Amino acid sequence: MIHYRLPGRRLVLGFYLLFTLLPIWWMVHMSLRDNAAITGAFAWFPESLSLANYARIFGDESWYGGYINSLLYVVMNTVMSVALALPAAYAFSRYRFMGDRHLFFWLLTNRMTPPAVFLLPFFQLYTMLGLMDTHLAVALAHLVFNVPLAVWILEGFMSGIPREIDETAYIDGYSFPRFFVRIFLPLIKAGVGVTAFFCFMFSWVELLLARTLTSVDAKPIVAIMTRTVSAAGMDWGTLAAAGVLTILPGAVVIYFVRRYIAKGFAMGRV
Amino acid sequence: MSTSRTVNQKAWFMVLPVLVSVAFSAIIPLMTVVNYSVQDILGPDQRVFVGMEWFRTVMRDSELHAALYRQLLFSIAVLVVEIPLGVLVAMAMPRAGWRASLALVLIAMPLLIPWNVVGTIWQIYAREDIGLLGHVLGILGVSYNYAQNSFDAWLTVLVMDVWHWTPLVVLLAYAGLQSIPDVYYQAARIDGASRWAVFRHVQLPRLRGVLLIALLLRFMDSFMIYTEPFVLTGGGPGTATTFLSQYLTQKAVGQFDLGPAAAFSLVYFLIILLCCFVLYNLVRADDHDGAGGQR
Repeated sequence: MIHYRLPGRRLVLGFYLLFTLLPIWWMVHMSLRDNAAITGAFAWFPESLSLANYARIFGDESWYGGYINSLLYVVMNTVMSVALALPAAYAFSRYRFMGDRHLFFWLLTNRMTPPAVFLLPFFQLYTMLGLMDTHLAVALAHLVFNVPLAVWILEGFMSGIPREIDETAYIDGYSFPRFFVRIFLPLIKAGVGVTAFFCFMFSWVELLLARTLTSVDAKPIVAIMTRTVSAAGMDWGTLAAAGVLTILPGAVVIYFVRRYIAKGFAMGRV
Repeated sequence: MSTSRTVNQKAWFMVLPVLVSVAFSAIIPLMTVVNYSVQDILGPDQRVFVGMEWFRTVMRDSELHAALYRQLLFSIAVLVVEIPLGVLVAMAMPRAGWRASLALVLIAMPLLIPWNVVGTIWQIYAREDIGLLGHVLGILGVSYNYAQNSFDAWLTVLVMDVWHWTPLVVLLAYAGLQSIPDVYYQAARIDGASRWAVFRHVQLPRLRGVLLIALLLRFMDSFMIYTEPFVLTGGGPGTATTFLSQYLTQKAVGQFDLGPAAAFSLVYFLIILLCCFVLYNLVRADDHDGAGGQR
């Protein structure tokens, strides 16, 4: 394998990581300073390590409650998206049926609606159903863009698995559910990992729908953050601290799914 | 492989849950917008049917045309930079071990930051007086000010988007590369294939499925970019970074023109749909290598 490694790959990776990490370093940098210092003068490193911005978030339930609300609906959404998408992706990758191509493309079109005008109908729909300001409302609304993505990514991975594997399993007497869980799912672990991460990520950072569908009880952290913008000016430090804290849950998720992404599914050895 | 898919109408039952769950939140809002687009909404109960009038207004709006060209240029730039860069970085990633895990977590971080925070961070980060990027550019003697210079502002939004979204391409391409069985490389080695030949004839065809996903996702999401430039530049200076969705929001929220805004939304949606349809069929057209993601 060494023969086929990219020349200068350390350099490429190094530069890219630098490019990625510098703005994040600047966010951490901002989160450790107060507003006067941030807007006052340039500093390579924070003058002092003040955790006041973090203390503000952890000391106020309306702040840290936002993280809990976000986590609740994001986890609900991720589980629902992957569970709904698995059988559908299998159907798309293995069978031909009436309207399959159209249906597949229609699913994708649901990611293409510019949100600004669609917010009002969403608001009306969920008010009518009595779901306003619940975690379920946001989790359901986010299915619109996450389920098509999940179907699409999973389908790609499933189509990479030769059909002979299915056929061999059936000949060996496996029932469909048993085949799917015992043989097929382990083969597409990488795909499930990537899909779960993407669903988590897109639901976690989505602002407009989450803000529109919640008011108090289920208000997500992304909406609470907008509070730092007020007539009195920007509260840069607190926003940066909240931003640093929003990376953590997702980083944990990617750490858990990294094995699936990194190992791949070594199809050649099946 | 697409030829070997068997006809099975019962597969509809496997797709039905997805269909219902998506349609639940998709059809009614879409039809409501269609409804708005053909009416003049004067009050909650005062509505007049106006037919295609709002569509005519939208099609003749020269500011919209300008925003559309700006948007197209931006989305093309996004694709031209992010897709090759993402593949390059994915190929440079360690294949296994703790280095791979660490690199994955670090690279994915920008994706996890809420979009309004992304804009805010870059707003400070790129400032020439107090931000790291602006400060370093100043030291290097580059004259740069994203708040006043249109080109600088446009470039800053682009670099911010590259920073924010290239990780998505990297993750997809990396997962795709990891799924290439070793036997393919072994066969290539026996044939004495060059590094380029391996990339061109082994890796690239096997990546087509994930690259199609990356290409379409980046196209549609960059075409609808709103929060980040809104926070970073507010669309300025002038209209240099006023992209389509921001212009739409100005119309919908700022002027309370629900009818024209709905017509605008639908035209907008159809443009994205058309572009994605063309891209989708272009990439899939010469699909013959049995790569993942063929439909």
